[in-house]
Amino acid sequence: MSESATTSAKKRPEFRNINAFTDLPSYRLPAAGWVSILHRVSGAMMFALMPFIIWMFDTSISSEISFGRFTSAFNVGMLGLPGFLWKLVALALIWAYLHHFTAGLRHLWMDVSHKAVELQFGKTSANAVLAISLTLTAVLGAKLFGLY
Amino acid sequence: MSVNYGSKRIVVGAHYGLRDWLSQRVTAALMALFTIAVLAQVLLSKGPIGYDKWAGIFASQPMKMLTFVVILCLLWHVWVGMRDIYMDYIKPVALRLSLQVFTIVWLVACAGWAIQVLWRL
Repeated sequence: MSESATTSAKKRPEFRNINAFTDLPSYRLPAAGWVSILHRVSGAMMFALMPFIIWMFDTSISSEISFGRFTSAFNVGMLGLPGFLWKLVALALIWAYLHHFTAGLRHLWMDVSHKAVELQFGKTSANAVLAISLTLTAVLGAKLFGLY
Repeated sequence: MSVNYGSKRIVVGAHYGLRDWLSQRVTAALMALFTIAVLAQVLLSKGPIGYDKWAGIFASQPMKMLTFVVILCLLWHVWVGMRDIYMDYIKPVALRLSLQVFTIVWLVACAGWAIQVLWRL
């Protein structure tokens, strides 16, 4: 009796839902967890930037003149923003697409192969997704900013 | 498991089945094939890619048809994905339904724009 009285007097920690601001920074996510949440983040990014994507499709394909507007947005700038900022937006989209693409292939492979849903494959394939998408983003980013 | 039928049924939930999961996979596979088809034509072309070469990729009738299908795939794929996100993070039903309606309207409008661009080429 007295024991339960003393423990209830002490404020016991209460665990409910994860708080995005106090809990998430201290959580250690395994590689597969990063691939999963980044799949979601990259998808949401592409949804948010969809008008920009269609604008790029529109201007780059419609005519020579609009193609000129398309390239000058990245070389000179547009809407008062300098060109390198638009290149950064494009690079963010490149990463989002590459990550979503490679993580999606991992999903599809896991759907068709029972071997692929084992723990070890989950770890190695998640690392592979991160390595491939980040390497290709770096390669294409260097090209975009004219490093080679 | 909480009660989720009759008057307690969550009306803005998923379709409780295979359809959305499968459509997510099929549309993804088609878009992946499209990506490879565009990428192959970009990589196999010689010299710098200007307007002519870039627009030429989408000008042929088979490529137009494939692009058209991919636009519809994208519309459907994004709808399932965004609805998943809303179901996980947006709990107030009124807000969730509003976002879902907005997303459908927005996606159909964007698909119309993309198809217009494709068909006047």
